[in-house]
Order: sequence, then structure tokens, then C-alpha cells
Amino acid sequence: MNFSAVFFYLFSAVMLGSAFMVIASRNPVHSVLFLILTFVNAAGLFVLAGAEFLALILIVVYVGAVAVLFLFVVMMLDVDFAELRQGFLQYLPAGVIVGLIFLVELLLVVGAWVAGPGIANAVKAPIPPVAQVTNTQAIGRVLYTTYVHYFELAGIVLLVAMIGAIVLTLQHRKNVQRQNISAQNARSKKTALEIRKVRPGQGI
Amino acid sequence: MDFASLWTNYIWPLGVIVVQSVVLLVALLIFIAYILLADRKIWAAVQMRRGPNVVGPWGLLQSFADLLKFVLKEPVIPSGANKGVFLLAPLVTCVLALSAWAVIPLTKGWSIADINVGVLYLFAISSLMVYGVIMAGWASNSKYPFLAALRSAAQMVSYEVSIGFVIITVLMCAGSLNLTKVVEAQNGPYGLFQWYWLPLLPMFVVFFVSALAETNRPPFDLVEAESELVAGFMVEYSSTPYLLFMLGEYVAIMTMCALATIMFLGGWLPPFPVVPFTWVPGVIWFVLKLSFMFFLFAMAKAIVPRYRYDQLMRLGWKVFLPISLIMVVAVASVLYFTGLAPQ
Repeated sequence: MNFSAVFFYLFSAVMLGSAFMVIASRNPVHSVLFLILTFVNAAGLFVLAGAEFLALILIVVYVGAVAVLFLFVVMMLDVDFAELRQGFLQYLPAGVIVGLIFLVELLLVVGAWVAGPGIANAVKAPIPPVAQVTNTQAIGRVLYTTYVHYFELAGIVLLVAMIGAIVLTLQHRKNVQRQNISAQNARSKKTALEIRKVRPGQGI
Repeated sequence: MDFASLWTNYIWPLGVIVVQSVVLLVALLIFIAYILLADRKIWAAVQMRRGPNVVGPWGLLQSFADLLKFVLKEPVIPSGANKGVFLLAPLVTCVLALSAWAVIPLTKGWSIADINVGVLYLFAISSLMVYGVIMAGWASNSKYPFLAALRSAAQMVSYEVSIGFVIITVLMCAGSLNLTKVVEAQNGPYGLFQWYWLPLLPMFVVFFVSALAETNRPPFDLVEAESELVAGFMVEYSSTPYLLFMLGEYVAIMTMCALATIMFLGGWLPPFPVVPFTWVPGVIWFVLKLSFMFFLFAMAKAIVPRYRYDQLMRLGWKVFLPISLIMVVAVASVLYFTGLAPQ
């Protein structure tokens, strides 16, 4: 009896169940919460595979940031789900086709068919043994040496996406008062304060 | 596999871990009870009040009286609330906060799990803490909690960014994600001047302020600002669920103090590596440093007025993010060109 197998089946079962509930639950907020459960269980599977760095990065990035924003948006949107469900049959064929394509692709990946049989030997950096190098170091070495250009390219793509999002949403409204911190801090006693002697009964 | 190897490989270690966890949990909860009291006493002292002084000598049993009061009262669940998520939220907050303590080394070798990615684990836990607030705010089905949830989502995600960069600089200096190794990297002949608070002083300040924001402590307690949102996401909570929120909040604060202690104040190391200091066990130094960090938290609560929401966002994105980014580059360059980088 192997206990890691027990945990593998536990994590996988919970993950599949919650992934199903993501699309099956009626309330969109519940869907996002089930999505988070799916991510956490996927992180558990990573830990079982010995990739604890990937597991925690998955939690930090997807659960800690991406899913928070999902939840944020879903909570703010006032979606009428009865209305959404009316078009269900209309979109069913498109959904079925996409699902079928995805299923076939998954079967090809999981099945015995291999696109390039020699590609596994062509990997530039061999995977170091777990006992010698922690997987944080192993990933870092590969990412910042062998594949540094791809890594930077990915960074540039993300930067472009970020700038695009800012440009699309930035508005310069004229009649809005904003706090100017440096101007506030630059105020001194001379510019901000005026002391006058006021005589009784005369005012300023 | 026969029973003997099952016993030695699984059941006995499991029993040891369970006993260790229970001991740590009880010690932590008693410590939290007095930290809560200290928070109120310090706050009172700054305002020249006496603070809680009725239950027990000098009010020492106040937290336990509060515990009894919360547990014995009736939990009220609003009829419009989403019951499952409403009750799940305080549990999430409390369990997540407590689970962070699994990796914290109280002294050398005194951690329940000495994992390779300890710092990242703590970071992940603290980034998950936002869910308790968001779930509570949404499930309460009420306006103030909902506003608090929206605020907290933006606030906690924003300050995580700068905390992440602070952690990266410390890790570059220590050369490991393992909390024990981070502490040992600060060990040296110069004692407390070799801990990272001095060489990384700007990052220590950024971390301290970000930790205040991350744990929703004043002056960044916009999530529960009583003057605007009554009590924020906790408005609809009463009795034990409310207690779990309070407990989770204070445990999270202690976790942040522990992280600061480990990363900047040398964990269990004595301040001077000479004889009378090295006689004191490491766990006492750790608790002393933890209490000092909490004292700073409490003083910040007592002294600093609450930030406005736009000021909070400005501080996070326009001040801390650039400072921490520049510091990451600067520290990396110094380590690289002086050859100080750990191998």
C-alpha cells in the first residue's frame, strides 16, 4: 500500500469533482470558489510529483491573484442567469464542437501518438536529479540561462498587454480634483500660513 | 507492506506530528490571548487610559473572558445570507492563518515542516487570506460588508506585490527559500548588525508597512473602518464566527511578525554571539523579537491616523512598488559585482 497513491487519487477526485462543479453550479460566485478548490488540488498534485515550487507558484499566482480578480469581477457583475440560460440551446453546437476538438487533442497527447519521437532527446538542459538541486534552483537555471530569450519574450508580451489595458481604460477627466502629494509636501510655513494681529471689534 | 514498517514509516511519524502540532497550537493560542491584551493595553497607554483591568490581576484574564463570552452567545445568520459561504469564510480565515505556523522555525530545528520553499509557503498563505474577507463580504448579502470585500480585494492584492519583491531581495541575500537557512545566513560575528534589517533597511520599512496593509491593521484598516463601514466585512457576524475572524486576524499578524523576525531580525539568533547571550535558548530570543515586532504594530495602530483609500492605493503602487523594484535591482547588482552572492 502506497500512501502517495492514496493522496493522488484523493486530490484528483476532488479536483475533477470541483472542476465539474465550476460549470455545473448555478451561482457564478460558487463557480469561482470551486475553481479555487480545483487550483488548490492541482497544487497538491504538483507537491506529490515533487515540484513544490510549481505548486506554491500556482497558489500564489492563480489562487492568490487571478482568482481574486475573477471573484472581484463576478461579484460586481449583476448577471441575470435565467436570461443567460435562454440561449443555451443556441450555443450548444458551437460548444460541442469546441469540446470535441479539445477531447481529441487531449486523447492524442495522452495516447501513444507522438508528433516528433526524437524531441525528448533534443531538450537542451537535462533535468538534474532531485537530490542534488532543489527544484527552485533547477527551474531558475533553465529559465534564466538556456531559455532566457523565450522568457524575456514572454515578459514583453505581458508588458504589451499591460500597456494596452492601461491605454484602453485611462481617461483624462478635466473636472476631477486630484490630490497632488508633492505640491502638498512642498508647502512651507511661508506659503501656507499668514499671521495677523486682529484688533477687537475691527476684524480683518 | 507489513504492519511494522507501516508503523515506523507512517503511523509513528504521524503521531509525532500531531502531538507537535497540538503543542504548538496551544502555545500559539495562549500567546495570542496575551498579544490581544497587550494590543489593548498599549493602545490604552498611548491614550492615557488604563485599558482592560478588571478580569484577573491587571486584566490578565481579559482575553479568556472574551473567549467565553463569544463562544456562549448565539450565532446569528442573516436570512438573506448565503449560508454555506457565510459560515465557510471565518473557517477559511482561521484555518489558513493557523496553517502558516507549520513551517515557522521557533529555534533551530523546531518547525513542524522544514520545507524547501518555506518563505513561498508563507507568502502563498498570506495571499490566500484575502478569501476570508471576500467570501464574508459577499455572503453577508449586505452593503457595508460588500464594500469592505471590494476594498480588501484591491488592497491586499496591491500590497502583496511589494511584499513579494521584499521577499525576493531577502532571498537573494540568503540564497535559499528555506526559513532555517534564511536565519542561518544572518549568523555571523557581528551579531545583530549582521541581520538583514541593517543592510536592507529600506526593505525592512517597506515590509513593515506592507505587512500592516496585508493584515488590515490600522492605519490601513479600511476593510473594517468603523467610521465608514461600521465594521466592514464583519458587520453581520456574531459569536463564534466573529471570534474566528478575530483569531485569524491576530494569528495572521503574528505570522507577519514571525516572517519579519526571520527575514530581518535573525530569527532565533542572539543579538551578540558572546557568552551570556548564547546561554539563552533560541526560542526565547524568537519570542522576544516577535513581541518587539508586535509592539511596533501596536504603536502604529495607536499613533497613525487612518489612510484614505486613494492614498493607500497611491502608497502601494506609486511609492512602494518603485522603491522595491529599484532595491531588487540594486541588491542584485551589489551581490553580483562584489561576489557576495551566496553559491
